[in-house]
Amino acid sequence: MAAAPKFAKTHEWIRLDDDGLATVGISAYAVEALTDLVFMQLPEVGRAVKAGESIGEIESVKAVSDFYAPVSGEVVEVNAALPGNLETLGQDPYGAGWLVRLRPSETGELAALLDQAAYDALVKSQPH
Amino acid sequence: MTAPLLETPLAAWHAAHGGRMVDFAGWTMPVQYASIVEEHLATRRAAGLFDVSHMGRLSVTGPDAIRWLDSLLTRRGADLAPGQVRYTLVTSDEGPTGVSVLDDALVAREADAADGSPRLSLVVNASNRDRVVAWLKSRLPAAGVTLTDHTRETAMIAVQGPRAVELVAGLCPAADAARIAALKNYRATTATVAGRPAAISRTGYTGEDGVELVVAASDAVAVWEAILAAGAAHGVVPCGLGARDTLRLEAGMPLYGHELAAASDPFALGLGFALNLAAADGSPREFPGAAALRQMHAQPAQRVRVGLVCDGKRAAREGSLVTRPGDPNAVVGTVTSGSYCPTLGTAAAMALVDRDAAAEGTPLDLIIRDSAASARVAPLPLYRRPATPS
Repeated sequence: MAAAPKFAKTHEWIRLDDDGLATVGISAYAVEALTDLVFMQLPEVGRAVKAGESIGEIESVKAVSDFYAPVSGEVVEVNAALPGNLETLGQDPYGAGWLVRLRPSETGELAALLDQAAYDALVKSQPH
Repeated sequence: MTAPLLETPLAAWHAAHGGRMVDFAGWTMPVQYASIVEEHLATRRAAGLFDVSHMGRLSVTGPDAIRWLDSLLTRRGADLAPGQVRYTLVTSDEGPTGVSVLDDALVAREADAADGSPRLSLVVNASNRDRVVAWLKSRLPAAGVTLTDHTRETAMIAVQGPRAVELVAGLCPAADAARIAALKNYRATTATVAGRPAAISRTGYTGEDGVELVVAASDAVAVWEAILAAGAAHGVVPCGLGARDTLRLEAGMPLYGHELAAASDPFALGLGFALNLAAADGSPREFPGAAALRQMHAQPAQRVRVGLVCDGKRAAREGSLVTRPGDPNAVVGTVTSGSYCPTLGTAAAMALVDRDAAAEGTPLDLIIRDSAASARVAPLPLYRRPATPS
């Protein structure tokens, strides 16, 4: 069974799967805050990324936002169906709305991320 | 230190109804309720309700009011009939070119006062209100004209969309309803709406038919709620500034601070119609900056305002460079406004581009964060509402 997701302060979630790869998405809170999504750019498969590095962009009617690699590693798969079906992000942000799968290179980084309770507390402290 | 944000008489209503409040030109305003796209499409399909109370509302009264405004505005005031509204620029003769555009505005002549003296009103941008008021005050004569800022004691509500006029007329006594239904574009009247006195003009900033109402601040919530209640069954929704911006972009309307700035050449922006360089009798008009504007007219600017429709949904934003296709070094212009446009279903923009790149259909690239998005020059407005059978 897959581990519980962890969260970056920049609102990405990451879940370590049984095969040792990590699945990354963006939180339901972030999707809700963005609203009116119209465009998404995903990274290239095979790209080496550092924790905190921008790996793509998501655009709403009002603004463009980056999304960031929560941990360092290599991009091994992207959700190629997502840019053409952005409503999936709102419907199932933690399932079918995943963005990329990474092969983590620094296992220690995962432990430093927020757990669900700490992320929920962060969201509560955000201005509305 | 920042000054506290100003609140319109509807600010508490917006916050209580899910409005996402943002700072806009010193006011706390709703950028959207649920979805900008839904609000935009509801306005095109039925009608949208917009709180535009942040716009500055000034009155100019007194026996010399028309003469004075005619000497200051780019648009003729001398032949403005009661009930008529015109789009105008407010200019000064300062700046390197000899003309500075201080604002764009709507000037309206209301019914004359009981003593027969004219009454006019100006609606100016929130971001420019202070400096326009200061500029106008500096030009006031010793007597004969009274300038008053009514922004804080009134509210302004825009009702925009194919159902807007019937919706507002339906809340009025029969005689008022008939007058509103017959109101021509850029004409104004007064009426009792939902039992409250209102000034009404057939104007707007969305490309749709519609009206804008000015009511007392204390009547704003009652009028707003009455319009929403009457329109809800038809799909009428409250809209934020986000939808107002995408609607005006599709409608090809300039926004001060984006298309229009102090140093703008209004002719290059397609705003020549708002510059009356001659009086009705053909004699030259004088107003601040008129000489410099004549010079601009004689020597057309290198870049002109165009519409650009993108192939995809990725939007160029203000400041994005415009280039020849495939050649990022061949810069021909700059984007002034850009967004995904819900009615078009693609991204679109307005830009200032070189004249030889401005012909309809010219393929151009928009540089968005180091990559190019392809677009074509399209005639403005990018959206034109379907003709209504009359």
